[in-house]
Amino acid sequence: MTDTARIQDSIHEQDEYNFAYLDEQTKRMIRRAILKGIAIPGYQVPFASREMPMPYGWGTGGVQVTAAILGRNDCLKMIDQGSDDTTNAVSLRGFFEKTAGVRTTCETAEATIIQTRHRIPEKPLTGEQILVFQVPIPEPLRFLEPRETETRKMHALEDYGLMHVKLYEDIARNGHIATTYAYPVKVNDRYVMDPSPTPKFDNPKIDRMAALQLYGAGREKRIYAIPPHTKVRSLDFEDYPFEIQQFDKPCGLCGADNVYLDEVILDDEGGRMFVCSDSDYCEERRAQGHLGPMAADPAAARIGTKEPA
Amino acid sequence: MYVAVKGGEKAIRNAHKLTAKRRRGDTSVPALTLEQIAQQLSHSVARVMGEGSLYDETLAALAIKQARGDLIEAAFLMRAYRTTLPRFGYSTPVDTGAMRIERRISATYKDLPGGQVLGPTFDYSHRLLDFALAAEDDGVLRTAETAESVDEAMPRVTDLLGDEGLMEPDPVSDEDTPVGDLTREPLSFPADRDLRLQNLARGDEGFLLALAYSTQRGYGRTHPFAGEIRYGEVEVEFFAEELGFAVTLGSIKVTECQMVNQFAGSARAAPTFTRGYGLVFGQVERKAMSMAMVDRSMRWQELGEEQVAPAQDIEFVLSHSDNIQATGFVEHLKLPHYVDFQAELDLVRRMRAEWFGRREQQEEGEAAPEAAQ
Amino acid sequence: MTAKQDTQSLGAKAPLAAGFRDPVHDAQACFRAVMNAMARPGSRQPVGAPDLTPPAPLTPVAAALALTLLDYDTPLWLDKPLMASGAVKAFLRFHTGAPIVSEPVEAAFALVSSPGQMVPLAGFNQGSAEYPDSSATVILLGQDFQAAQTVTLSGPGIENSTVFSTGPLPPVFWEQAVANSRQFPRGIDLIFAGSSDIAALPRSTRILPTEA
Ligand SMILES: [Zn+2]
Repeated sequence: MTDTARIQDSIHEQDEYNFAYLDEQTKRMIRRAILKGIAIPGYQVPFASREMPMPYGWGTGGVQVTAAILGRNDCLKMIDQGSDDTTNAVSLRGFFEKTAGVRTTCETAEATIIQTRHRIPEKPLTGEQILVFQVPIPEPLRFLEPRETETRKMHALEDYGLMHVKLYEDIARNGHIATTYAYPVKVNDRYVMDPSPTPKFDNPKIDRMAALQLYGAGREKRIYAIPPHTKVRSLDFEDYPFEIQQFDKPCGLCGADNVYLDEVILDDEGGRMFVCSDSDYCEERRAQGHLGPMAADPAAARIGTKEPA
Repeated sequence: MYVAVKGGEKAIRNAHKLTAKRRRGDTSVPALTLEQIAQQLSHSVARVMGEGSLYDETLAALAIKQARGDLIEAAFLMRAYRTTLPRFGYSTPVDTGAMRIERRISATYKDLPGGQVLGPTFDYSHRLLDFALAAEDDGVLRTAETAESVDEAMPRVTDLLGDEGLMEPDPVSDEDTPVGDLTREPLSFPADRDLRLQNLARGDEGFLLALAYSTQRGYGRTHPFAGEIRYGEVEVEFFAEELGFAVTLGSIKVTECQMVNQFAGSARAAPTFTRGYGLVFGQVERKAMSMAMVDRSMRWQELGEEQVAPAQDIEFVLSHSDNIQATGFVEHLKLPHYVDFQAELDLVRRMRAEWFGRREQQEEGEAAPEAAQ
Repeated sequence: MTAKQDTQSLGAKAPLAAGFRDPVHDAQACFRAVMNAMARPGSRQPVGAPDLTPPAPLTPVAAALALTLLDYDTPLWLDKPLMASGAVKAFLRFHTGAPIVSEPVEAAFALVSSPGQMVPLAGFNQGSAEYPDSSATVILLGQDFQAAQTVTLSGPGIENSTVFSTGPLPPVFWEQAVANSRQFPRGIDLIFAGSSDIAALPRSTRILPTEA
């Protein structure tokens, strides 16, 4: 066979992916890691992460976890920064549509598996749902101690003094803890865990969440989990209790309070508005007739459309 | 609905189309064939096979073509393809002593059994742009003699030294001890030499080059001599359980480098020469040498040396050598991060307000006594 | 893996019982049941294994678990009745490739067909403080979830608390299970395989024995 013919052959084979791309042996390896992760909430299980057809940093850990758990009858929602329509969310959703042929959705309530980067949906999740996080740096102690050999020891000894010192220094210097996302939590009173770079606004949602949470870090080769209803406490001090970011305005489009907002710059004269980061939540509210203070603004009309301008 | 890039789906489709168009360039210029790339850009092909961790010249040529000559991107394409291939098992160790030599040099001996074979090399070429190449005719070879492999027996320099007891012997591993494979089990530390060498063989040429260079400039000096560099063809054999003997799968071209390093001895070991080892696909001498130097640096603990330099730091070196991982994480900063940025924006605004508030109070406090005077 | 392999011949005279009819989707469905069971300790999760007719004393549900979880990378320990069956070993070797080991402590997974006589839980690999995930998962066969002895479970995966009953088990079992959970994060994880459903008890679960 000529080389060219051989390559054409192999390209043809590539069209015939296994369901959800990964081979069965790889899925088994990931599944076993997931089970150990669930059994040891908040502990980072090493796994033999594979090279995926998208770059490290683009969600290879989340993709491997989703591929390992996904079934034919699942309905998948894929979000990045809270939105279903960001380029990478579109790209990853397309990956599973192509390789698994599963149903996908933008509606939080309809999904059985939600893979996310940087946000947790505003609508409370149910026990029937699974939330898969894409994680860049799974080790909460990594920026305090770069060595894996050292941080592994700290977790083994439950020695989290370094983290408390860091948070306390923040308070001494700034008057408050200067960590706004990837805010460390303690899971089940044992392991300190990085909830992935979600804003700390989302931390209360992972405490006793009804849905199973799975975290996948592809480049760093770690999987961890929080079972449903598990106690998850954001680290703080008695005199400096954990607090989340407060927005003084509601969503400009749907008027929602107590949701995480994105700041959108409208013009070069300081014009800006705040809108829901969770695009599905915002749309659903507007469909129900909720109107925000900026909904009638022509600039908002431009922003509030689904189709590209 | 506001999104970072509106109409993501359409944007991605357009980006793919544009990339395809840019890749092809001016269509009045003939397209590159894979044979042209494999034959004429062999150093690129070798690097992509090595860092892509898959020996297949034609696939590497395809990857280079598809990646528009971006060799890290090409290596990534190879890795992503490699991971989908079925695994049959592990080959038996290749015998580089039985290599069909195309090039073999030693910097430590003027002459040695088998002799020095200069072979194809840039080493003594004057780096003058060869304008004649710009007008090269198809199929006309300007050099008269083609390199032939040398038949004479070529014992490895390190084996020659070993006979005198001056060279640390090859580590003999227990037959039953499995060789690690970091593609099957995640790397954990401390990592043994088998895993370290596998990591380096897949590692980025530029990263290893810089680390090796740093050891020469005083960051963990290991006094290296290029004991031997050999390049040529070796056979790959696979032990077939059902047949009960090894069958030849084919041959591959590799560069092997054995760096010889002086070792003053310690309480445990007599003075001797120690070794660093490098083995890479194709003729990639720069990487083979760098690999050997970094390998030797990372052996500090075993040889009772002190750890003083970055190139000795096993966890640091192994965690950052993989350019597919590195480029992914560096380049992922292109993805939207505005949720986190919003959180930071809020905090910085708040901290600035507090800072200005404090300064105002301070200025009022300073102004008040003045006014009283 | 350095696990010692059982070198006894396969002795497969009878034709091997078939594996999953649909290896990809059957394994996925079974895994989801295991994952749900592990994520909700004490809850019963249905496992459909109607196609499987493994040699006794391996049960269809246990066979489904083995096909889902085991492969070349998972040293497997079998209790005496399973170990004594050449057909069982041939089935497991052929369909999973898992090396069968003779010592409980060497195993990543253990299948126990006769739980009433099972070896102590402490005999299995408990994992280390630095790598607690390296511990064993022990699968108990032939479980009846209507059994008389009940315990109250609480902890991760459980809203408030839940009552759980299963058997047969050795009399000392719950004592051992309590000791197992006390050494968290080290410890083994248990899967109870019934005739059509499973339940799990990870090491993270707190156990309060309740009288029958
Ligand atoms: Zn809104």
